[in-house]
Amino acid sequence: MDLTPNSFTLMRFTEWDNPETGHLEWLIRKDGCMHCADPGCLKACPSPGAIVQYSNGIVDFIHDNCIGCGYCIKGCPFNIPRISKVDHKAYKCTLCSDRVAVGQGPACQKACPTQAIVFGTKEEMKGWADFRIKDLKSRGFEHAGLYDPPGVGGTHVMYVLHHADRPSLYAGLPDNPSISAVVQVWKGVTKYLGMALMGASAVAGLVHYAVIGGNRVTEEDEENAERLRSRRVSGGEDARA
Amino acid sequence: MSAVEKVGSRGTAQSGDTVTDDFPIRVRRYGGLVRLNHWVTAVSLALLAISGMALFTPKLFFLTALFGGGQMTRMIHPWIGLVLVVSFFLLFVRFWRANLPTIADGVWLKKIIDVVSNRDETLPELGKYNAGQKFVFWSMSALIMVLVSTGVVIWDQYFSGFVSIELQRFAVLIHASVAVFAICVWIIHVYAAFWVKGTFGAMTKGVVTGGWAWRHHRLWLKQLVEQREAKDVASALPASADPSIPHSRSQA
Repeated sequence: MDLTPNSFTLMRFTEWDNPETGHLEWLIRKDGCMHCADPGCLKACPSPGAIVQYSNGIVDFIHDNCIGCGYCIKGCPFNIPRISKVDHKAYKCTLCSDRVAVGQGPACQKACPTQAIVFGTKEEMKGWADFRIKDLKSRGFEHAGLYDPPGVGGTHVMYVLHHADRPSLYAGLPDNPSISAVVQVWKGVTKYLGMALMGASAVAGLVHYAVIGGNRVTEEDEENAERLRSRRVSGGEDARA
Repeated sequence: MSAVEKVGSRGTAQSGDTVTDDFPIRVRRYGGLVRLNHWVTAVSLALLAISGMALFTPKLFFLTALFGGGQMTRMIHPWIGLVLVVSFFLLFVRFWRANLPTIADGVWLKKIIDVVSNRDETLPELGKYNAGQKFVFWSMSALIMVLVSTGVVIWDQYFSGFVSIELQRFAVLIHASVAVFAICVWIIHVYAAFWVKGTFGAMTKGVVTGGWAWRHHRLWLKQLVEQREAKDVASALPASADPSIPHSRSQA
């Protein structure tokens, strides 16, 4: 099972033998877009307006502007976007931006019967998480904590983890996600240095032409060439003249 | 004649290169098929540069309008790339031998200041290509190889399932960086043709003046004149071709 252009979220489940307690633990997390404060997809996207970040923190794909290049996939530290083979556009969880825009919670939160998913402002959610973390700690999970990774500026989807010191236990949740250095170089120094190099090449040509000017063939060159041919023909007689 | 023979044996003239019967002397540098081949390469490279830069930075994304929008640009760029690869490969097969480095190239490069200052009288006599043209040829060959191999890796529509995302990240970085160099080499190539007057005729009509060949590729001109003479003599004396005539085709 994996995310697809049609399924924006799914549960990832890990059975973990905790060596400290000897307990078998069920580690479950809801995979999908984390709505980073510093989104790698947005950084990588070449099409203006195809990826937008709303003031409420939601990162959304505007499909009218998406060109299907797949750069967002390279930018994402969580391996979330998927390109549709049908319309060649990228898809991912929208955090139900349409529902949120009219004051409703996202569908996953609405559907969840146990309040394992809650929705609100980031401050409210951090407060809620503190309450849950205290509860977990009281039950022996001393490393319980909030997953709000600073490497991507924090996220607008957060997890309360019993083992916040080891996020990768949860089906490979990145321990310290950030936009790949390769992507940073590509979208940073390469872009500016590249444009500068290409511009400099063109300017160098203009300057050279202005200072030195064209390299022109002289009359003498033409005569020399003609003489070369004449000398070779029938011992010096110019048969063609 | 010994100097001429040396020219003939180490010459860079290619089949189809000839001096014409015109007066003043003119030289056929490229035949029709090679010119067509070069035009296909030139047009595809220009389209790749424009569509590639459109996807390189959002500031140039407006260039996608030339290709019918972003989706079309994304779709068509790799296919144009394949056209370029095939087209350039044909040029490579045709030209690689004439682009092998020679001793004279080293002398020419040492006098690069004279080259860019139009002081051609101090430069060594050269075959069909100078070291600058050879640089363009070999660097384009290498850069296009890198561009096509990294380009396939980031051709999302067909190959995304076969390569890891991490590999795609490296591929897209290399593709963009190398494309910058390819565009710079291309700018140098086009500028050199504009700077050295009389060059565009080689691209459009396939013919240059004798003076141009004398000034810039004298060994090549000498070889062609010598070949022409040998041919004329051989056709005049078909049965008893003089073996002292260098490179008489009737001896082959």
